[in-house]
Amino acid sequence: MLQNYWWLIISILGALLVFMLMVQGGQSLLYSTSNITARQLMVNSLGRKWELTFTILVVFGGAFFAAFPLFYATSFGGAYWLWMLILISFVLQAVSYEFRRKKGNIYGTITYDVFLMFNGLVGCVLLGVAVGTFFFPCDFTIAKVNLLDAASPSIVSWPAHGLDAITDWRCLLLGFTVFFLARTQASLYFVNNIEDARAEGVTSRTQVLINGAAFAILFICFVVVLLISDGTRVDPQSGMMVREPYFYLNQMLAHWWWIAAFLIGVVMVLYAIIRTSYSSYYRCGIWWSGIGTVIVVMVLFCLAGYYGAAYLPSTDLQSSLTISNSSSSHFTLTVMSYVSVLVPFVVAYIAYVWYKMDAAPLTEDELKTESHTY
Amino acid sequence: MNDLMSVVDWSRAQFALTAMYHWLFVPLTIGLSLIVAVMETIYVRTGDERWKGLTKFWMTLFGINFACGVATGIILEFEFGTNWSNYSWFVGDIFGAPLAIEGILAFFMESTFIAVMFFGWKKFSRGFHLAATWLTAAGVCLSALWILIANAWMQYPVGMEFDPAQMRNVMSNFWDVVLSPVAINKFFHAVTSGWVLAGVFVVGVSSWMLWRKTNVEGARRSIKIGAWVGLAGILLTLWTGHGSAKRVAEVQPMKLAAMEGLYKGSAGQDLVAIGILNPNKTPGDGKDALLMSLDIPYGLSLLIDGNTTSFVPGIDDLIKGISVNEAGDTISTVSYAERIAIGKQAHAAIADYTSARQAGDSAAMAAAADRLKDSYPYFGYGYLSTPEDAVPPVALTFYSFHIMVALGGYLLLFFIVILLVSYRKTVFLEKPWLHWVAILSIPLVWICSQAGWIVAEVGRQPWTIQDILPVNAAVSNVQSSSVEFTFWMFAVLFTVLLVAEISIMMRQIARTRDYDIEKAQ
Repeated sequence: MLQNYWWLIISILGALLVFMLMVQGGQSLLYSTSNITARQLMVNSLGRKWELTFTILVVFGGAFFAAFPLFYATSFGGAYWLWMLILISFVLQAVSYEFRRKKGNIYGTITYDVFLMFNGLVGCVLLGVAVGTFFFPCDFTIAKVNLLDAASPSIVSWPAHGLDAITDWRCLLLGFTVFFLARTQASLYFVNNIEDARAEGVTSRTQVLINGAAFAILFICFVVVLLISDGTRVDPQSGMMVREPYFYLNQMLAHWWWIAAFLIGVVMVLYAIIRTSYSSYYRCGIWWSGIGTVIVVMVLFCLAGYYGAAYLPSTDLQSSLTISNSSSSHFTLTVMSYVSVLVPFVVAYIAYVWYKMDAAPLTEDELKTESHTY
Repeated sequence: MNDLMSVVDWSRAQFALTAMYHWLFVPLTIGLSLIVAVMETIYVRTGDERWKGLTKFWMTLFGINFACGVATGIILEFEFGTNWSNYSWFVGDIFGAPLAIEGILAFFMESTFIAVMFFGWKKFSRGFHLAATWLTAAGVCLSALWILIANAWMQYPVGMEFDPAQMRNVMSNFWDVVLSPVAINKFFHAVTSGWVLAGVFVVGVSSWMLWRKTNVEGARRSIKIGAWVGLAGILLTLWTGHGSAKRVAEVQPMKLAAMEGLYKGSAGQDLVAIGILNPNKTPGDGKDALLMSLDIPYGLSLLIDGNTTSFVPGIDDLIKGISVNEAGDTISTVSYAERIAIGKQAHAAIADYTSARQAGDSAAMAAAADRLKDSYPYFGYGYLSTPEDAVPPVALTFYSFHIMVALGGYLLLFFIVILLVSYRKTVFLEKPWLHWVAILSIPLVWICSQAGWIVAEVGRQPWTIQDILPVNAAVSNVQSSSVEFTFWMFAVLFTVLLVAEISIMMRQIARTRDYDIEKAQ
């Protein structure tokens, strides 16, 4: 029960993270316009949200550490290069907003913009790849008994150190799907958050269409690949891990509400893309798309973790991780569950501040009079 | 084995590098967030726009510094997984919880309200903006609280038990972890040291303004605020530092012995005020530990136990098993050679438990669990080869400790003098020598702060978790060349960013005319 609850929390955080990757998507669009004012508006629009994305990523990691420490040990310690590349991209992002236009930044604004674009591309794609490992097996083994071998005590062995995930076309497919989704969401956000965006040279509505179309094609491909893929799950009789053909498709068909939620989410995203692309005044697409994204990603996470599924499947079947064999103790999950009661309060003050900060769209005049800009 | 040791060394180096860079930025964030909040409070209460100007000036420096702290902080959190994979599993059940709570309670608070701080001047009321500034400062402190609880638990593991079936430790008492006396002391010590660092920074930067005769009124006001915060900070840091030392004496006596370069302890032990270690000294060789020293008679016994006749064990004593109990009496405990033997028994008991479990032999499982219960407190020693493996690098710990203490004493004097000058001898605020003393104190406070963490972390080697897990059993299965590569990558990256940060800071400070509060009038 508690394991299911914490997987739900992880799913919510993962879904919110994918939504907030619009910041990264926006960064990748910075040079889609040659208009410097437009770029300034885009950076400052994103700059007021980047820390939220960053925080969700950190909390996503922290929640995994607290609730599913074997995942933390296996994925982070095993897929070393995958996570290192992700981290480097976020380190570069963390300073770039603050530094890019400050006098004395040494390396020039363009350098920091390149950092932001690097994070926009690499952060999105590789986080997508990392989530891809929830569905597609990687080559790792776990042997806890190694802990007693003083000469070689490592319990996790992942020979390719995550490079196998980075080069797995299915994981990459998900990675680029996330990338184009993030760009689509960012474009929707610019439409919403920048006053008269088109007049300012921000080509957001065009970008919504272009990136939305790329996302839709990739997303359909990913869904097809996922539904025809084998899944790894626990056999309830033997307690052993087994591979099951069409596992995710079977789960969807067996639980109609997942199909319903998934379709509702997809329709909301498509509605946001289409309406924003073909309307010159509609600005609320980001909310339709955002809510739709959160729903779809939550469904995917739930498919990855529930019904005995291995959410970190291994080519060595018995090393695969499920929410049962990788979780913290009942005591710790209980303690953390009490703490999670505060989450609605946290969400409430974030929502209030977001509402107040974005009550009026960002304008060029505001940038001229604001004492703190990026 | 050689490759394993290399992985351990590079992983330690990488973590140390990240932690030290992180701690360049974090204490300034902690202290500056308080100072900015105090200044804005004065602005809101008085309505004096000059205070608003000052608030914005220091807030800008806070923001630049905050970004670097965030950049290095994310690496630290994830390095527990990437480089210390065994650790993450072995104690993740306990250690992960504070990190997650830190994220939920502190990081969201910081990231939300910092946006209000910087961009909300015109979007929110004065009162709400002030609340956001204080909430940012509170978020910074909350973040420090949870990460220091996690760190303290590594130094003094409590509230847990070992689960042989899972081959890991599990939490048994959350409040023991949170309210551990080591954690409480460590939290206040670290946070108040942040006030000290920010106090020196504000006084130093303001002195530079005075020296250049720009924004003179703003500099004078900042010096007063910075010095008061710094003085409060240094007094509390000294007090909590004393408390920390007492806790170290209780739970990590080997670290205390290393801090003092003490090999052979005695009743009525002197405290080394200044000393030079014998570089050829090794445990048990009978040589003098110090080439020269200036001692305070009975000082260490008095500081640790409040009694001039108390026995303080040295490194050789501890290896032989001579220690003190809570009443301060000399007692014979378990020698390190015995601990290693018991640790190996614990390993054997776990192996037996695992075999019995696989065979479904519950009687054998119970027998193995019984053996394990007695031997588990020394589980980590089972990974060591010799008693000397449990001795931390003495020279680094000793010199860091004494540098920290000496600079702490200097900073106490510094703040007293600055406050005296600020209120009673204002003519001295015109003196260039005073300006330069304050400016040159800025690097000193950072050295002091870094030295403190070196004492805490190097002094507890070889343990990631005291007595339970040494570093060589905590690492990930990564090639040493990979970790070596990422070490250099981070070294270059952090240095490049630090250079940029310092350059930006200096340019911002040089723009003080833009923040001249008299012009703001």
